[in-house]
Amino acid sequence: MRKLVDLPAGAVQAPVAPVLGNDRRHDSAHKHVAGSALYIDDIPETAGMLHVACGKSTQAHAHILSMDLDAVRAHPGVVDIICATDVPGQLDIGPVFPGDPMLANGVVEFVGQPIFAVAATSLRAAREAVRLARIDYEPLPAVLDIEAAMAADSFVRPLHRQVRGDVAAALAEAPHRLSGEQRVGGQEHFYLEGQACIATPSEDGGVFVRTSSQHPTEVQKLVAEVLGVPITEVQVEVRRMGGAFGGKETQAAPLACIAAVLARRTGKSVKYRMPRADDMVMTGKRHDFHNRYEVGFDDDGRLWGADIELCGRCGYSPDLSDAVVDRAMFHADNAYFLDQARVVGHRCKTHTVSNTAFRGFGGPQGMMIIEQAMDDIARYLGKDPLDVRKGNLYRPGQDVTHYGQKIEQHVLPALIDQLEVSADYRQRRESVRAFNAANPILKKGLSLTPVKFGISYTVKHLNQAGALVHIYTDGSIHLNHGGTEMGQGLFVKVSQVVADVFQIDPRWIRVSATRTDKVPNTSPTAASAGSDLNGMAAFNACMTLRQRLVDFACETYGLEPSQVVFSKGRVLLGEREVDWAELIQEAYRGRVSLSATGHYATPRIHYDRTTGTGHPFFYFAHGAACSEVLVDTLTGEYRVLRVDILHDVGRSLNPAIDIGQIEGGFIQGMGWLTTEELVWDADGRLLSNSPANYKIPSVGDTPPDFRVALLAEHPNHETTIYRSKAVGEPPFMLAISVWSALRDAVASLTGYRYCPPLDTPATPERVLWAVEAAQQSQKEAIDADLPVV
Amino acid sequence: MLEFYLNGTPIRMDDVEPDLTVLELLRERQHLCGTKEGCASGDCGACTVVVGEVDGGSLKYRAINSCIAFAGSLQGRHLVTVEGLADGETLHPVQQALVDGHGSQCGFCTQGIVMSLFCWQLNGTDRLSAQEALAGNLCRCTGYRPILDAATMLARQAPALPAWSGSPDMMACLAAMPNDVIPAETSGYRRPEDLTSLRAAMKDWPDAHVVAGATDLGLERTQALKRLPKLIDLSRVAELAAIEEGDGYLEVGAAVVYSRLQPYLKTHFPVFAALLSRLGSEQIRQRGTLGGNLGTASPIGDTLPVLLALDAQLCLLGPDAERGMPVSDFFLGYRKTALQAGEIVARIRLPFLAPQRVCKVYKVSKRWEDDISAVLGAFSFSFEAGCFRDVRLAFGGMAATPVLAPAVAAELEGRSQDAIDWSRVEASLAASFQPMSDVRASAGYRLKVAANLLRRAVVETVQPDTATRIFDHA
Ligand SMILES: Cc1cc2nc3c(=O)[nH]c(=O)nc-3n(C[C@H](O)[C@H](O)[C@H](O)COP(=O)(O)OP(=O)(O)OC[C@H]3O[C@@H](n4cnc5c(N)ncnc54)[C@H](O)[C@@H]3O)c2cc1C
Ligand code: FES
Ligand code: FES
Repeated sequence: MRKLVDLPAGAVQAPVAPVLGNDRRHDSAHKHVAGSALYIDDIPETAGMLHVACGKSTQAHAHILSMDLDAVRAHPGVVDIICATDVPGQLDIGPVFPGDPMLANGVVEFVGQPIFAVAATSLRAAREAVRLARIDYEPLPAVLDIEAAMAADSFVRPLHRQVRGDVAAALAEAPHRLSGEQRVGGQEHFYLEGQACIATPSEDGGVFVRTSSQHPTEVQKLVAEVLGVPITEVQVEVRRMGGAFGGKETQAAPLACIAAVLARRTGKSVKYRMPRADDMVMTGKRHDFHNRYEVGFDDDGRLWGADIELCGRCGYSPDLSDAVVDRAMFHADNAYFLDQARVVGHRCKTHTVSNTAFRGFGGPQGMMIIEQAMDDIARYLGKDPLDVRKGNLYRPGQDVTHYGQKIEQHVLPALIDQLEVSADYRQRRESVRAFNAANPILKKGLSLTPVKFGISYTVKHLNQAGALVHIYTDGSIHLNHGGTEMGQGLFVKVSQVVADVFQIDPRWIRVSATRTDKVPNTSPTAASAGSDLNGMAAFNACMTLRQRLVDFACETYGLEPSQVVFSKGRVLLGEREVDWAELIQEAYRGRVSLSATGHYATPRIHYDRTTGTGHPFFYFAHGAACSEVLVDTLTGEYRVLRVDILHDVGRSLNPAIDIGQIEGGFIQGMGWLTTEELVWDADGRLLSNSPANYKIPSVGDTPPDFRVALLAEHPNHETTIYRSKAVGEPPFMLAISVWSALRDAVASLTGYRYCPPLDTPATPERVLWAVEAAQQSQKEAIDADLPVV
Repeated sequence: MLEFYLNGTPIRMDDVEPDLTVLELLRERQHLCGTKEGCASGDCGACTVVVGEVDGGSLKYRAINSCIAFAGSLQGRHLVTVEGLADGETLHPVQQALVDGHGSQCGFCTQGIVMSLFCWQLNGTDRLSAQEALAGNLCRCTGYRPILDAATMLARQAPALPAWSGSPDMMACLAAMPNDVIPAETSGYRRPEDLTSLRAAMKDWPDAHVVAGATDLGLERTQALKRLPKLIDLSRVAELAAIEEGDGYLEVGAAVVYSRLQPYLKTHFPVFAALLSRLGSEQIRQRGTLGGNLGTASPIGDTLPVLLALDAQLCLLGPDAERGMPVSDFFLGYRKTALQAGEIVARIRLPFLAPQRVCKVYKVSKRWEDDISAVLGAFSFSFEAGCFRDVRLAFGGMAATPVLAPAVAAELEGRSQDAIDWSRVEASLAASFQPMSDVRASAGYRLKVAANLLRRAVVETVQPDTATRIFDHA
């Protein structure tokens, strides 16, 4: 570069308003609505590109006796076929522990497991071809559900325990004692964009992979391992995902590995995009759980002790299940001080698809059990469940969790009080009772439930991030970090952080696709930690650059650092004021490096598995929701009438984006607990294998009255970026209020004396059975001449 | 050769296989990738496009699922995609409203939502609520609130027409395009315009599939991966697209799309109309037909129990003659009908209800919108002097076909509310049906709900003041 660009005055605009805490739009919003945002399948295809489909197991557990693939090979358009034995490097692509062969090797362990892969000239040809395989199996005994796994001691990982004090003694001494159990269903991610990737052979024996993945670094490592090449020969790019929700944390890698092997063999670019029907059957889902509790409590409903057992269905391999069940255990207290406690988490192995990360990562399943206990205690004591919940909240003095972490910021007591008033809880409680007294068929339910969610990966080394920032000579900035964009608005938030450091308009910042050759060794974008980690890494990179600019200005113009002020797209240099871009050009001429990396590692966190204690979370995010439902006792159908949410995001980097996460998370959580039902048949085949029979919320499920607010004036007590808090996952669990409100409506049938269990998803069918059980209980109470309300 | 307009530009394409979908045509042949595939089964709406058709001197537009529509159906029509709305960098107001309201997160559903809202606004927002217009567009990210807010804003604005709308000769050119993909004989796709040419086509191609809206048949191609080398499209056959309000009946051509039928049902059979608003989604109702529902003859076809309860008469069209048949004789077994080879359903005649007759239709599914019934009850009866008479009960989801339940009806016949013995009703249901336990519901639930839907019908008739509905309709 001999000559620098000419700079029109004020080229780099000043930000209109403070950039942090501003409702800036998603950086791709314009492209989304114009249809010009490119997803993997939209990237123009190169000539000769091949398409992949996999032959899948039809058995839950079996030896493969023989495979006849002649007809597959002969199908028009088929170019190549690979089986397990064709993998040049390592076959196992388990993300944390071994157990996930890229293609089944002699044994299949779930219906839908890939056995061989075909590359063909069109997707249609590939899909048609794989159906022509003839595979003979020798069936082996299959363990298909949690009960069978527990009975057979079938686990993917050893159990873990968190114990405080003497729970048996506490239960024995407590004035009251209750126990219960629940089955909490799993969940299909149903990201609108199915899994997809393109692998292109490189000239050095590696591949370049474009993928829809939350974890490009892991894709890179696993592809290198299956190819048997150094990691540096594989580079991975992720521009954006059409939704992920945890379903693209580990589940994208197998496709990339298969496509990479086929790309190397054929020398062609290879695209592997899973049609929805394959995606729903072949990729992991949220773990379903079978939970039990036993609690002891006093007349006020205060817990003296809790004995909790959580059994998660992990599927055939460990995948991320150890951490998922751990997180369920870390959240078995939700917001409540359990006092004497024992929490045990089992990792059940079944011959079904390997369950994986999904927004909340086990936390929601753990919380469900204590929320059931809260409702059950309230019915037993004849109290309003909200009072029982409030009475058990962590508070100063009762502020150490069952795994030994001290709660340092008590947000919930005041937050709940505020929501109780703004949602008019007490008044509506009366109206609901009056409605129920007047209506024999329709019943209303109301519930207010809190969420306390721990922020940090429970695997310590993942709590780090990197960023790369370049400033060009016209003042525009290229920003790259290890986080991936899946719709959550990470890119816009981090660009706001950068804009704030330099006080320039975020439009001058381009966040580019996440690439393993720009920022290496990254963590998955998960655990709600995207902005916390990458925002800080980018901040650190910017602070390095800022320091260089300040040093340069001081030296060149003879100023003190305090005389260099970045403000509104301009820089004050003592008495003088220049455009931001002018300073950059001066710095460039002064041979200052205008590129920097930044790194961040979350402080303070630790956890000791041998003792089951530690400080696994940097901080907690909080929220509460109040939901009102209307139930038809003849069919079990219901409708969510009104939802009020108050949520703690610390000091929000971008309130509009945060509210979007809260609303979207809530509705997704509501789907999980209501209409989204995974159904398998007796042979382990998934019956709910299409959106025709797996129902995520549609527009009419959004409550007609939906009020969402951010808790004001509550910056994070920890030094996070801008003192904000993570928001991706916590709101998901606010939907527990819907399930609890359904139980409240059912409980009205017994005069709020008793509520039968309501397993989830609480489909109309399950609600109807709960209604019937409540009516039966009431009838028995009347027949027995017990006092009924 | 397939001839149509794409975003205001004339297109001619050779070598279009008859079972190519519109989505494949867009993404793979036209390399227009704004339109997305989320499911290829009509369920998610990511593939929504808008199709304009010359109708009575103007272009009428409707939103459809491109993933299950066949390319041949585009012949002589104007296909509008997300790429056709903005004017350069200036977004269409629908697009701008979504941007301003933070209506996209991952963006994958967004183009479909843009197209649904665009069509909704274009056709007058009072025709349909925003919620109805969007029920076939799934969004996994936003929770829909910002999208509904954008819709509320759009409802207050006059629809803005994209640049292509000013093109004076597009309509003339469309009208002048041949009705058939040319040459019809080898294209594999035929679109006869009257019964004579339909009969001729069916004689020529005895092995062809007839197709109306393709909202069932399209899935054979995209989900079951069948090849459909010959298709005869019924949608333009004038006689099959007619609606007649006769003396004492409504007669509906088998190829009339649901959305066109809807206003007639609102007038004559409001409970049927209410059900129709829950059949599939707007995109499905813009294509699906009664003929297709009958042709598929699924035990969970929503309109079929209603036709049974209303005692509809079918007119079947054979190679040489027509014949009539009560719909109750039509269903022979699981997806087996009385249609003979070369025969199709031509018309469905719905006799008006006598003044004293009550009709009740209830659909029960996991999700309220765009879901397949677990159980559907369609009941008609007279309620005179406090007693139920001439009771006719039909159910979907209870047996291998949609069925009448005369034995159960007998338990209500001539009785007052107090005289109904509900344990006998339940026993009679259990004796009449052995429903399946499947992905949608258990057998036990189906039986219980079937009885409770009768309870609901009785309560609503006898105690109309008792609240029985969580929603206002069906
Ligand atoms: C997302 C989605 C949601 C749906 N929701 C519902 C729902 O809620 N309730 C419901 O009942 N259905 C539903 N359906 C199924 C479908 O929309 C209906 O069955 C519709 O009525 C089919 O009409 P069509 O014109 O599209 O049929 P097509 O797909 O064109 O044809 C279906 C079958 O009928 C035959 N056929 C068509 N016309 C005739 C005729 N005149 N005579 C004889 N045979 C004929 C065809 O050869 C074919 O075998 C849904 C489908 C989808 C994709
Ligand atoms: S792709 Fe889902 S409806 Fe067409
Ligand atoms: S924005 Fe992601 S599915 Fe709608």
